[in-house]
Amino acid sequence: MRLPAIFFQRPGSPRRPQGARNITPGNITPCGITGLRVLALLIQNARMNLHEYQAKALLRRYRAPTAAGLVADSPGRAEQCARELGGERWVVKAQVHAGGRGKGGGVALCDSLNEVREAAEGLLGRRLATPQTGPEGLPVEQVYVEQASDIDRELYLAALMDRAAECVCFVGSAAGGMDIEEVARVAPEKVARIRVPAAVGVLPYVGRGLCSVFGLKGEAAGQMQELAVDLYRAFVECDASLVEINPLVVTRDGKLLALDAKVALDSNALFRQPELAAQRDPGQEDELERQAAEAGLSYVSLDGSIACMVNGAGLAMATMDLIKLEGGEPANFLDVGGAADAARVAAGFRLILSNPRVRAILVNIFGGIVRCDVIADGILQAVREARVEVPVIARLEGTNAATARAMLGASGLEITAASDLAEAARKAVELAA
Amino acid sequence: MSILVDASTRAICQGLTGRQGRFHAEQCIEYGTRIVAGVTPGRGGQECLGLPVYDTMEEAVRTTGADASLIFVPAPAAADAIMAAADSGIRLVVCITEGVPALDMVRVKAALKSYDCRLIGPNCPGVITPGECKLGIMPGFIHKPGRVGIISRSGTLTYEVVHQTTALGLGQASCVGIGGDPVRGLNFIDCLEMFERDPATEGIVMVGEIGGAAEENAAEYIRREVSKPVVAYIAGVTAPPGKRMGHAGAIVAGGQGTAEAKYQALEAAGVAVTRSPADIGKTMAQALS
Repeated sequence: MRLPAIFFQRPGSPRRPQGARNITPGNITPCGITGLRVLALLIQNARMNLHEYQAKALLRRYRAPTAAGLVADSPGRAEQCARELGGERWVVKAQVHAGGRGKGGGVALCDSLNEVREAAEGLLGRRLATPQTGPEGLPVEQVYVEQASDIDRELYLAALMDRAAECVCFVGSAAGGMDIEEVARVAPEKVARIRVPAAVGVLPYVGRGLCSVFGLKGEAAGQMQELAVDLYRAFVECDASLVEINPLVVTRDGKLLALDAKVALDSNALFRQPELAAQRDPGQEDELERQAAEAGLSYVSLDGSIACMVNGAGLAMATMDLIKLEGGEPANFLDVGGAADAARVAAGFRLILSNPRVRAILVNIFGGIVRCDVIADGILQAVREARVEVPVIARLEGTNAATARAMLGASGLEITAASDLAEAARKAVELAA
Repeated sequence: MSILVDASTRAICQGLTGRQGRFHAEQCIEYGTRIVAGVTPGRGGQECLGLPVYDTMEEAVRTTGADASLIFVPAPAAADAIMAAADSGIRLVVCITEGVPALDMVRVKAALKSYDCRLIGPNCPGVITPGECKLGIMPGFIHKPGRVGIISRSGTLTYEVVHQTTALGLGQASCVGIGGDPVRGLNFIDCLEMFERDPATEGIVMVGEIGGAAEENAAEYIRREVSKPVVAYIAGVTAPPGKRMGHAGAIVAGGQGTAEAKYQALEAAGVAVTRSPADIGKTMAQALS
């Protein structure tokens, strides 16, 4: 069953409104993680993503207009959802933490209950790859069944943390439904930004500004005014880092409707958002990165052959840069943190060694609060226990560095000591070759 | 001379009675920093490290005449601690705490405009003027009084630069770790301005990271306002786009905030950039010779 992308009536459909833009599914990113990257505005704190159905439930609580929808975890339940929702046309959407679901075949427009069931069957239990997930894709454990809507126009609206302006900012574009990052690149004048001063929040001029960007009049303009206030409230009260509605549509009867929704929360604020924190879906997270986080490590897997283990994110990135400068390729980013101890170092080694591409391991620790002798102890433990078969190059500097070097030297294990950063990287590249 | 802190700085430690606060305050005192009191709500009247502990910043400042504060409170209480310090007349607040909600910092930054108070951090190693005052968690012994001003978004990478400038005999006038969070207190430009005015500072090292536009903005400022030699290194050339590299701030977003874009902006502003983190000290030595 090849189905067209979501939110669009099929060409030639009797309901297709006169003058509706003819956008092919190829141009559409119904749920744009890309919105996260709009211009250089950005965010970032560590985020927790919500699924579309969770995001819409949140928006509904704040009175934002959404279509009626229900979430299902089996084809039978999906069919039942469609029956409960009523109507004669539904959209079935895979619930994964990635945009580009339409392109990846994760969205189906269905004209019968039978089609709803078939669409759910085709999606549930498999992995969905979209342009934003990489080829391995993400597991689909739930689908969202929603009444299909009649669309006149598609808009882009997001509220996000603008780090340059140090406040929350609305981003709006009349070119909705598409990859907003692409719009910002080719036609930056079509993407408007309206800052919300923390001291006063959303005053009516913000809504008026968005209406002007979107060309909204009448009932939809009134709705937009309310939506601006409600979205900002949702953003602030839920400690979001992004609330994105793409597309926000104007229906044929002139009303606003959030057709897709993406919400990312500020992980640092989850301590005061217990209800939202409980909605986390670990199944959507990278397994290794999740394990790392649990061990207090920050790990990102890369394509190269030289693993590195460093304390501090900045120094870790600098170490990766140096490996590259010396002609090698880093296999990962691994920050063991400011409070690294022997156990964390050992956990770090286990993570690194789970990557079969690793040909050498470079340990670069600048001991401040962290004592180098404690790190050396961790290295020795890990190398003995895990039977490390690739060369290990250690550069330890700072607090108790001399003791640490002596410990490694006396261990009888094959650990190459390096006295500075450049030498460490050079040796790692040589030994990995 | 130096910037932000010197031998006359008198500091209160907020969260002194906690494990982190106590440990680092002790290190600061050992380094010679004049920590004069602690503040922990509900612990007023107690002593810690031989220092008086007060319930409120107002009382602590009134009694001790302190002009700076060093914050180690847990993240949920950080905004409260910063504003309590500002409201008590403190002129410099150093917030070490990591994991502060971004919206808290948005509100704090907006509110601080009404106070004569500078904030460093949060999520930062702090500030040090070697030989005089250490308000932070950096290892004191790697520093040496000298000629270079250092501004950095990261922690251990700052130590690396300090180590290199010490080994080359340049030493440091002051070092400021501005922190890796998206919304933070002092930025590169604020520190560049202070180092430019400081007679002890002969050259400035800027250690940036991918993400955001702080380095690009700093480049424009340097071109217009800074006469002293500036050396810059940007960490994260190899970081793949869209991946968050540990730090809150370090992410490359859609071609913006890349190391390459930052290098270009800095080079165009006449900054001596180095692509190797191992050569930062050397590049500064050359610029000063």
